[in-house]
Amino acid sequence: MQLLQLIISGIAQGCIYGLIALGFVLIYKATETVSFAQGELMMLGAFGGLACMTMLGFPFWLAILSAIAGMALFGVLLERLVIRPILGQPAFSIVMLTIGVGYVARGLITMIPGIGTETHTLPVPYKDQIWNVGALVLNVEQMAVIGSTAVLCLALFALFKYSKLGIAMQASSQNQLAAYYMGIPVKRLNGLVWGLAAAVAAIAGLLLAPITFVHANMGFIGLKAFPAAVVGGFGSLPGAIVGGLIIGIVESLAGFYAPDGIKDIAAYVVVLIMLMVKPNGLFGEKLRKKV
Amino acid sequence: MRFIFKTDYGQDIKLAKHGGHIFWYSLLLVLLLAAPWLFAEYWLAQLTFILIYAIAGLGLMLLAGFTGLFSLGHAAFLGVGAYTQAVMTNAGVPFPIALACAAGLSAAVGLVVGLPALRVKGIYLGIATLSFGFIVEEVFARWESVTGGNAGIHIKAPDMFGWKLGSGEAFYFLCLVIAIGATLGILNLLRSPTGRAFVAIRDSEISAQSMGIHLARYKTLSFALSAGLAGIAGALYAHKLQFISPDQFNILQSIDLLLMIVVGGLGSVHGAFLGAIFLISMPQAIAMVKDYLPAFIGQAPGLQGLVYGLVLIGFVLFEPLGLYGRWLKIRTYLQTFPFYRKGMFKRQKSFQKSDRLK
Repeated sequence: MQLLQLIISGIAQGCIYGLIALGFVLIYKATETVSFAQGELMMLGAFGGLACMTMLGFPFWLAILSAIAGMALFGVLLERLVIRPILGQPAFSIVMLTIGVGYVARGLITMIPGIGTETHTLPVPYKDQIWNVGALVLNVEQMAVIGSTAVLCLALFALFKYSKLGIAMQASSQNQLAAYYMGIPVKRLNGLVWGLAAAVAAIAGLLLAPITFVHANMGFIGLKAFPAAVVGGFGSLPGAIVGGLIIGIVESLAGFYAPDGIKDIAAYVVVLIMLMVKPNGLFGEKLRKKV
Repeated sequence: MRFIFKTDYGQDIKLAKHGGHIFWYSLLLVLLLAAPWLFAEYWLAQLTFILIYAIAGLGLMLLAGFTGLFSLGHAAFLGVGAYTQAVMTNAGVPFPIALACAAGLSAAVGLVVGLPALRVKGIYLGIATLSFGFIVEEVFARWESVTGGNAGIHIKAPDMFGWKLGSGEAFYFLCLVIAIGATLGILNLLRSPTGRAFVAIRDSEISAQSMGIHLARYKTLSFALSAGLAGIAGALYAHKLQFISPDQFNILQSIDLLLMIVVGGLGSVHGAFLGAIFLISMPQAIAMVKDYLPAFIGQAPGLQGLVYGLVLIGFVLFEPLGLYGRWLKIRTYLQTFPFYRKGMFKRQKSFQKSDRLK
């Protein structure tokens, strides 16, 4: 029973990692760039939700929706203003750029007097509730994480499978030039992908907020989502979620069974092993450049 | 405008290309030698930090700027060097031997990290080094019998076979000598076949491989050298601060090191030094300007992070070649005075099909 309990809390944590990793993968697939600001986007989303709920006094659902929409808009703007000008430069530049964006986001939030340096609780209706299923004690907050992740995954799956927009995104991620020749507005799509990634990050932030707290450094969890993305294979959307789940479960089990301190590095040990054994990840595609 | 009339192939690889170089670098050397008498103690300490960071920057520059492998966990090598030095010095080992061990151990660790680098590239390598950095930081925190855990560890003054280097000036000269040695070493390496091989790997792995460069060997070598230099810098850093704890070698330190070489200018030895000057003087500059800003900006704790972020974004967007690139532009402008054109340093954008295939 205890094992099951641990696995469930691991899955909940893993879903958060998976959602952030989903953001990485979306951006990576579409624009071939890696965003190190994903954790900070998540933090901004959580703060956005907090602002909507406590300061503006929005009802719960409206606050959630407006925070997500706001972040999506922010993502589109970010792409337009900062990322697009340096497309085509080495990947390293963009990595540094997004690290810079992360610094700025964290710095700005910390600078808000009275709010930025505190930790806050997000007032959600399901706070501190517990379901008892047999001998299992299920935390509703964790269930909310798992449920929303499942719904979001289905929605994304449908988007990429059935909508014209999703198919266009797939095409442009496979070959931008060819997609461009087919009349797909690649630049606009890239903007939309950043918006989508930011929205997913905001959802992750809003889901994580009741479990931990809302504070300026919560974005560092994004660094744990990298292992998730790599374990799943950096270019694969289902891989991101599966990778996240693996990392979450391993971490949760390591926290209980292994000595102190292993929990914090379990994710990194897993990814190092993965890189040595199967560098392309579980679902990654194997590609070679032909000369 | 200066025209160099080349009569000999040896001129191409001479370290000092013309008299101007000799003059200005000698002047710089004299200035650095005279620094203890010119600057107050506080500024001398800052200068020492610049030298220490420049040594670490040289290492990272060799790896990221010249071999094209980038490491997000370089603080770990710094930490390995620092802890080795601390433990050995406290056990009474003389400074040069301890330093050699610190460099050697860091290099050995770098070698181990370099091994996955043979299979993974680009972002995967970044994540491998990132993970490695986290693991090493955790080891520092948990291996309490050796590292003192989160409480940190104190380190004695360097001891040159009985001659104690307790004062700030003596330690400054020590750092200066090591920094100059490291710089000359790197410059010499870069004009040797090994250095050329590194640059060839950076520019295209496939063409380097087809020209007979053993990728695995050179990549691991680059990692080991870079880690070794970081280890030396870490050892000096430990002596300078006299107290080290695991949180000095976390991911933020790694990012600071990267920020340093990007701001300084990737792919130039000058860049490591310019970046170190930037990294050390920035907090000072912020502290000075702070008082003139309105209180809600000046006293905010996030100001430094914000400024770092903005500077980083600014450099990547507007000056990808860094401070050194800016200097090159200014110099070219002055040398060719009325004939400078806007596109002279224009970078070719490469819209290749996919980076994933490289």
